Amino acid sequence: MASDNTKDKSKSPWNDPYADPYISIENITKKFGDFTAVDNVSLKIYKNELFCLLGGSGCGKSTLLRMLAGFENPTSGRILLDGQDMAGIYPYDRPVNMMFQSYALFPHMTIEKNVAFGLHQDGMHKGEIRKRVADMLELVKLEDFAKRKPHQLSGGQRQRVALARSLIKQPKLLLLDEPLGALDKKLRENTQFELMNLQEELGITFVVVTHDQEEAMTLSSRIGIMDSGKIVQVGTPNEIYEYPGTRYVADFIGSINLFDGNVVEDEADHVRIQSEDTDATLYIDHGVAVTEGSRVGVAVRPEKMKLTRNRPDQADNVAEGIIDEVAYMGNLSVYRVRLKSGKIVKATLPNLDRDTEQFDWDEQVYVSWKPKSGLVLLS
Amino acid sequence: MFNKRFNFILTMMAFGYAFLYIPIVSLIVFSFNKSKLVTVWGGFSTKWYGELFRNEQIIEAALLSLRIAVVSACFAVAFGMLAGFVLARMKRFRGRMLFSGMTTAPLVMPEVITGLSLLLFFIALQDLVGWPGGRGITTITIAHITFSMAYVAVVVQSRLSDMDPSLEEAAMDLGARPVTVFFAVTLPIVAPALVSGWLLAFTLSIDDLVIASFVSGPGSSTLPMVIFSKVKLGVSPDVNALATIIIAIVATGVVLAMVAMKKQESRHKRDIQIAAVAN
Ligand SMILES: Nc1ncnc2c1ncn2[C@@H]1O[C@H](COP(=O)(O)OP(=O)(O)O)[C@@H](O)[C@H]1O
Ligand SMILES: [Mg+2]
Repeated sequence: MASDNTKDKSKSPWNDPYADPYISIENITKKFGDFTAVDNVSLKIYKNELFCLLGGSGCGKSTLLRMLAGFENPTSGRILLDGQDMAGIYPYDRPVNMMFQSYALFPHMTIEKNVAFGLHQDGMHKGEIRKRVADMLELVKLEDFAKRKPHQLSGGQRQRVALARSLIKQPKLLLLDEPLGALDKKLRENTQFELMNLQEELGITFVVVTHDQEEAMTLSSRIGIMDSGKIVQVGTPNEIYEYPGTRYVADFIGSINLFDGNVVEDEADHVRIQSEDTDATLYIDHGVAVTEGSRVGVAVRPEKMKLTRNRPDQADNVAEGIIDEVAYMGNLSVYRVRLKSGKIVKATLPNLDRDTEQFDWDEQVYVSWKPKSGLVLLS
Repeated sequence: MFNKRFNFILTMMAFGYAFLYIPIVSLIVFSFNKSKLVTVWGGFSTKWYGELFRNEQIIEAALLSLRIAVVSACFAVAFGMLAGFVLARMKRFRGRMLFSGMTTAPLVMPEVITGLSLLLFFIALQDLVGWPGGRGITTITIAHITFSMAYVAVVVQSRLSDMDPSLEEAAMDLGARPVTVFFAVTLPIVAPALVSGWLLAFTLSIDDLVIASFVSGPGSSTLPMVIFSKVKLGVSPDVNALATIIIAIVATGVVLAMVAMKKQESRHKRDIQIAAVAN
């Protein structure tokens, strides 16, 4: 147990107050005219992390990334990279490489030349360049395509060229803007794992921008959720999923059932909430520091919901309803249940066995969950 | 019913093409006429071609036109490229609308006005600073640069606007300084626009009669001016011969360009197929 703890600590430097962050973003704001694209963001990212910036389109992810690369100057605040202030340092002088959303492959150069471009700028010896490029193309499995032009490649191959080109200079920090955006689902999943392997193998710090929550969950050591220019929560995928801090985060990551209600009992070890959505009170086994009577939300993930035909033996966290819709997904079944109050809740049940019990349309059921499954959201 | 309509379309097409090409065909045919009378066929001969090449006035004018066209196209590309860059890259600056309007105005300005204003300008300049020292090849070249650079600017601007802005950022990100970025990435990508801009400027210059007439001086008649003045004295068969040669050159150029384009297109299609198979 003790060894587990120390291992955990070295793997999660963000929990160690003495660890030095590799990237330190301090109160960064970026304005375009009157419009604030990035709003007072502070963030610490550690060595060998694969950090995902996640958020809807237009929330300022790319702008933040471009400030790290040096393409945009912050309106205020500062960025430290390995302790060094990046203000006034041009993109071509930063030990950072970026993989662009559009891939930005040079259309008039062969794949080989594209990948070699960065090394040529450093004035490296020709023979050495040739060797490094060959190795890199082998790593991304494109050795047979060296003499092709970018337009002669498929989307997935282009993506790998872009990756190879951004890795060739062995940057300490690699920025990836929606790296898998243009790929289809299957290719995406494979590439996600390839990316993770590469990242571990090469020991590079990755900052990845994405709007795809599944991708962020799969890839990252930690996720920073952005909403209209602000970072609203930072945490490991597990923390973000199980303990979302706000409704926005809870809604953005996975799906969620939200009940609104008033706190009727608030103790150190539990809260009881009266909701108009359910007859029974909602009981949660963690306390929150709010006054009684205040309005809060209770979030319950669909997979933490239980469905039964008979009323379960519990006074709280239970609601009666009718199956409104059934979706059989193979590995699990998704039910939409219309509660007596009219509220629709979602429950996903795993199909553990071939004959796992299925519910039917219009069947009367009870939805219930455990006290530790709910989470109180204050905002 | 269908057949009738089809016949109608065919007839219209025949008329249309006849209208376009009979004059040209008759011009070519009569360039091989033995007779000096332009409208009477006197048997086949190539003597007018020989006469043409012995006509020093025409040869000189052709050489002058070529020289002006090459020089003005080169300058037009250089200046037009600069203007195109400003228009495409500087999205917001005071007076951008005015600047872009002023750059493209020569495209729609009547040639008579352009010619006249340039003439007045050159005369005023002559009075003020004693340059360009009379009108001639210099003034024609300058005039051609001023109106053809607008075309180049438009072509370059549209090419640059189509270009992915992150290409230059990617180059910079990989360690290239701005000058290298320009020569290694930007210039090769806009090169096709520069080539077509040059060809456009060249054609416009060779073609121009009106503006050149305004700003040319004694002893500096361009080919269109010589042809025009010859025709005013009555059409002579050697003009037909000259026109036939020009048509031959233009036709060859067009065919070559089309073949090259076809080739590129089929190569592009094949590339896409290869990529699809490889995936
Ligand atoms: N150069 C720019 N000028 C003006 N507005 C910009 C510029 N770049 C980005 N924006 C605006 O900033 C906001 C955030 O953009 P971006 O960071 O690209 O969002 P995303 O999270 O989708 O990557 C958008 O509303 C966008 O319109
Ligand atoms: Mg973006």
